[in-house]
Amino acid sequence: MTDSNTETLNVSVWRGDASGGQFRDYQVPVQENQTVLDVVTWIQQKIDDTLSYRFACRVGMCGSCAMTVNGEPRWTCRTHVNRVTQSSSLEIGPLRNLPVIKDLTTDMDPFFDKWTKAGGTHRASRSRNDGMVPVDPASKERMIASEGIECINCAVCYAACDTVAANPQYLGPASLQRAWTLVNDEKHDDRSAVLRAVAAEGGCYNCHSHGSCTRYCPVELNPMKAVAGLKRTTVAKLWGK
Amino acid sequence: MLNVRLYMLQRLSALVMAPLVVGHIAVMIVAVQGGLTTAEILSRTQGSLWWMLFYGLFVIAVSVHAAIGLRVVAYEWLGVKQKLSALLSIIVFIGLLILGMRAVFAVTLS
Repeated sequence: MTDSNTETLNVSVWRGDASGGQFRDYQVPVQENQTVLDVVTWIQQKIDDTLSYRFACRVGMCGSCAMTVNGEPRWTCRTHVNRVTQSSSLEIGPLRNLPVIKDLTTDMDPFFDKWTKAGGTHRASRSRNDGMVPVDPASKERMIASEGIECINCAVCYAACDTVAANPQYLGPASLQRAWTLVNDEKHDDRSAVLRAVAAEGGCYNCHSHGSCTRYCPVELNPMKAVAGLKRTTVAKLWGK
Repeated sequence: MLNVRLYMLQRLSALVMAPLVVGHIAVMIVAVQGGLTTAEILSRTQGSLWWMLFYGLFVIAVSVHAAIGLRVVAYEWLGVKQKLSALLSIIVFIGLLILGMRAVFAVTLS
């Protein structure tokens, strides 16, 4: 990065907690190759150290820094300011569809609770004494599973989903995609239990295929396709196939 | 909100409706060619088992499809509680079924 120049960015950052809050304006110097997370960090370090936000790896792997940037959910560590600014202004808020703890930090519990509810916990089909299940990387099932395993659990899809916003029971795209990878994983024990979990109330049938999950997924996965796979497979089970 | 039974009922009812909608529109286009009169319509439908089955099936499919759809709309968009939206959808189903069947019998029974 070069040194700061005279250009400044007008940044509105949501400040508050579970009881409410509002956007507060900050002036941040423009820098080359500046990410949204850089902007938030600059405010926290140079202007107001009470600003709360969450991040860890800064390289798009840990999935902890997602926020709402100019109205859209994004991973902030990999979002360059110059790609999202509108007339050198930036609005940064907490993720939608999750309870706010403070400022830009949301409570991720509902997200991970639903992940578990959708049968997302891995249950090994063999013990350490049984040896490995042979998995052919080119098999159809494995290729389907591989499409979804790079999820970083950033909850961008969960925040983008209008069905989650309207229907609090709905498990959401990330947990259902995780379930779909397990349904296609030969190493997972009792895959029909996963299918039962996603067919229960709040499960895959509530998806309206709006496609916001797939549109906003920062690692370009396709949760909508995974949910469609779950609908198809659970219905086929109903017909004994 | 939706379980597998409601999900499949809504899709199957849509499957039934699709050709019936096309048939209904096709008949309308043909029927208006010679002017649209009550006598002309009744002469085609009265005493016809075929039209009774056509529109009877149509009414059942619409009642099922609309009731499930409105149940979700009420819950997700209007904030109606789940049990109340389920009750509303049953009322819509029965209401559409009674109104629709009355109309079908009125124009097909001679």
